[in-house]
Amino acid sequence: MAETITIEVTRYRPEQEGEPTFQSYEVPFSKDWVVLDALNHIKDHLDGSLSFRWSCRMGVCGSCGMTVNGEPKLTCATFLSHYAPGPIRVEPLKNFPVVRDLVIEMTDFMEKLQSVKPWIVRRDDPAPEKGEFLQTPEQLDTFKQFSMCINCMICYAACPVYGLDPQFVGPAAIALAQRYNLDSRDQGDQERMDVLSQHEGIWGCTFVGECTEVCPKNVDPAGAIQQYKLAATQDWFKSFLMPWTKP
Amino acid sequence: MKPSTAYSQYHPKWHRTRVSTLWWSRKWSYLKFMLRELSSVFVAIYVVILLLQLHALRGGAEAYLEFQQWLKDPLLVILNGIGFLFVLFHAVTWFNLTPKAMAVRLRGKRLPNVLVAAPNYAAWLAVSALIVFLLMRQG
Repeated sequence: MAETITIEVTRYRPEQEGEPTFQSYEVPFSKDWVVLDALNHIKDHLDGSLSFRWSCRMGVCGSCGMTVNGEPKLTCATFLSHYAPGPIRVEPLKNFPVVRDLVIEMTDFMEKLQSVKPWIVRRDDPAPEKGEFLQTPEQLDTFKQFSMCINCMICYAACPVYGLDPQFVGPAAIALAQRYNLDSRDQGDQERMDVLSQHEGIWGCTFVGECTEVCPKNVDPAGAIQQYKLAATQDWFKSFLMPWTKP
Repeated sequence: MKPSTAYSQYHPKWHRTRVSTLWWSRKWSYLKFMLRELSSVFVAIYVVILLLQLHALRGGAEAYLEFQQWLKDPLLVILNGIGFLFVLFHAVTWFNLTPKAMAVRLRGKRLPNVLVAAPNYAAWLAVSALIVFLLMRQG
């Protein structure tokens, strides 16, 4: 008989139960299987009622973030063999309301993401036929790391500040704000500063640094937030000492 | 941020897990963060002791001698010992975090983290050496 491994999965069916419970499944153990493969095996062969989000299976879409043995992970990039001989506990991402089983509610994140205007803001907004905005490799390099974010919300699940104060704008949204602030083509830093200089913005972060540790794309949101704080402080001193330079 | 209303009116019963008060005790990285935060208390205690020392110095030789006697109290020695470890932890953790807060670029390339943190340690060493030198000269 082929080797198997036990997966303990959070079940929450709001029409049936008030509290989430765990359900165990035995799945085949294969060294090239990731946790998402095991979940799909459960869904296809053992229990079709299990709900979870996934799409690309290759660490690009950011849909399959879940808590694996207590750690927030992209389940498509988390191998079963790492946890052998098991059991492996799969729970929904922490710090978000759970809709069903492993599915979390993400509207809060989506609204926060929009509030920081993660797109290129131009004051002049020239017509496309006027030509492209040129950028040197060095200019690209200043923000490229932060642009790798796939909005998987794993950093929010790792952030105790977001867990304790859901008003906090959070790691990914601030990192993406910084990504556009550092973009040589962008002129929207002042508009973003209005949102992020609030207490729930950059100053809410106490620099636990766990967002950077768990990020599957090496975005370093903690670094982005601290650099943002430094820039905001310098801005404040500048406008205080030299009020005539204020934009 | 205002709370979300878009999907909240007719949603099914969501489950929210409350964050436990002891959230920081379950993981070393969270505990390390809390210890780093706690270390600021010991930094403050050091500052208070220094202020008391200055105050005693101003009170003349006798007051200063009394202050020195007070410092020799075993309780205070223990407190200072624990405080010293926390202040060390405070300095090392914050020095190591500087490269995160400062993206220093030289000729378009970002400096490696070690090079951003190193000047902190160098300055620390220089100041310590200066203090040792002053103390030795006196002694």
